[in-house]
Amino acid sequence: MKRFIGFLKKEFYHIFRDKRSLFILFGMPVAQIMLFGFAITNEINNVNIAILDKSEDVTTKEIINKISSSTYFTIEQFIINEAEIETIFKKGKIKAVLIFEKDFSKNLIKENNASVQIITDATDPNTASTISNYANSMLQKYQQEVNKSIEIPYQIIPKSRMIFNQELKSVFMFVPGVMTIILMLVSAMMTSISITREKELGTMEILLVSPLKPFQVIIGKVVPYIFLSIINAIVIVLLSIFIFEMPVQGSLLLLGVESVIFIVNALSLGILISTISATQQTAMMVSLMGLMLPVILLSGFIFPINSMPEILQVISNVIPATWYIIILKGIMLKGVGLAIIWKETLILVAMTLFFIALSIKKYKIRLE
Amino acid sequence: MKNNNVIKAEKLTKKFGDFTAVNAIIFEVKKGEIFGFLGANGAGKTTAMKMLIGISIPTSGKAKVAGYDVFTDPENIKKNIGYMSQKFSLYDDLTVKENITFFGGIYGLSRKEIKAKRCQLVEELGLEEIVNELVGSLPLGWKQKLAFSVALLHEPKIIFLDEPTGGVDPITRRQFWEMIYKTANNGTTVFVTTHYMDEAEYCDRVSIMVDGRIEALDTPKKLKEQFNVNSMNDVFLKLARG
Repeated sequence: MKRFIGFLKKEFYHIFRDKRSLFILFGMPVAQIMLFGFAITNEINNVNIAILDKSEDVTTKEIINKISSSTYFTIEQFIINEAEIETIFKKGKIKAVLIFEKDFSKNLIKENNASVQIITDATDPNTASTISNYANSMLQKYQQEVNKSIEIPYQIIPKSRMIFNQELKSVFMFVPGVMTIILMLVSAMMTSISITREKELGTMEILLVSPLKPFQVIIGKVVPYIFLSIINAIVIVLLSIFIFEMPVQGSLLLLGVESVIFIVNALSLGILISTISATQQTAMMVSLMGLMLPVILLSGFIFPINSMPEILQVISNVIPATWYIIILKGIMLKGVGLAIIWKETLILVAMTLFFIALSIKKYKIRLE
Repeated sequence: MKNNNVIKAEKLTKKFGDFTAVNAIIFEVKKGEIFGFLGANGAGKTTAMKMLIGISIPTSGKAKVAGYDVFTDPENIKKNIGYMSQKFSLYDDLTVKENITFFGGIYGLSRKEIKAKRCQLVEELGLEEIVNELVGSLPLGWKQKLAFSVALLHEPKIIFLDEPTGGVDPITRRQFWEMIYKTANNGTTVFVTTHYMDEAEYCDRVSIMVDGRIEALDTPKKLKEQFNVNSMNDVFLKLARG
């Protein structure tokens, strides 16, 4: 045990004396959360739009007023004919054009039917569909207000409500993802690098010739990163609670336990990577390509898994991060307990055990 | 005489697939001897050494190191040997003191013993001024002497040196060999691989490996007589060229 503590002390010296790894360890989580929280967002705000009002009557004026008073849209300019539309889109500042048909009011009253065309710049499809949704719902709202006085015998009014994230804050979606990425990065990449560094320097040989057992060496390498990952997870959760007012509905204890499972999972992946790579650089590349990219692209962090091609859906199912993100979202946003997410937890535990077994096996083979 | 052998290899063999890296080598090393283990690159000396220090399992044959069997008792071997490789094997980002403490610690020395050893080392090597410096900032020669002393911290019966003098200047090499002599005089067996044939002359006995086999084994003087040449360099060239 005393040998082991000496070993841990040495590991912490390594970590705290290497400015670069310190930065990755503690700078990255904060930077990432801030970046995703403030800069990268799916919400729309002050989108510049143009309006082509062919009727210019009371109703269209009212609607235009409503739109301009909202924070979502800024009416940048009024245009007078369709020919202008293409030119202004090409300039790029205007993201959407609203076209009111001729005799809008009249049609509305006489035929109970008037139309507005919404044209959006779909070079960025996500923003385009969000803009069109927002514009749609504003028009609907207006319709409901006008219709209040009029009795219509049959009408279906959809009233949708977004639960678990009422304000549709995108930071709520990013926090679980960023937490997953950071834990993966710190645990898998940093451990694999720190193990391959000893290989590269030749000190691994010295350790293996010493009475320390190989598994003691590995545990000694891994334990500091478990500590640091836990600290990181706590920092991320605190930042998201206090800066982004993200609620943690479920049990913090459960959140902690699940995170430790995921951390151990990532660490065993890190050991696995270190057994197949001879240099720190290879270890870093393998971690980035083999772990980070799938986590970002395929785990459901940014792109919904349901809309992926089937083959990618299958791949996404074997990525531990996929399950951890489901668990995180469940606990943080929905406040569910183990009764609901036991299946995901079980999958995560099974994967963890599998990777531990695999890395031990690989490690032994390498020694012979 | 038999009890005097600290290393005894009998037909020790290591195969990687079809390739035989070490082919049934037979040799003995006596206590307190400086045993030179020579061979060209790829002749199998590193593989042979790895089997003796317990990090590679032999394919067949027998070997005892410090009285323990390499198959059944590698753990006890590890406690009784020291090892220094061609890469300097200390941590650059730890200070001299921290390195000593760490390596003393993994060999199970108590805090008191480590402190005593450290003071002794500091005095012998004149380290007073650099004991709290990072090892990375020291000149190569210093690192090497320090690595050697650290490998001896736990007072092993045998010390294995894998090309310990690669890349250092002749003066430092000379000083290093003085340290080796001193160690051998204190009763520690020194098992050293080297490329430098002038160093082979300093050894009590040398073995020369060619293609996995030991082709010659004797004192430098007798080897030179046997091959009828003037230096170990010529002995080596004669053997290696077949």
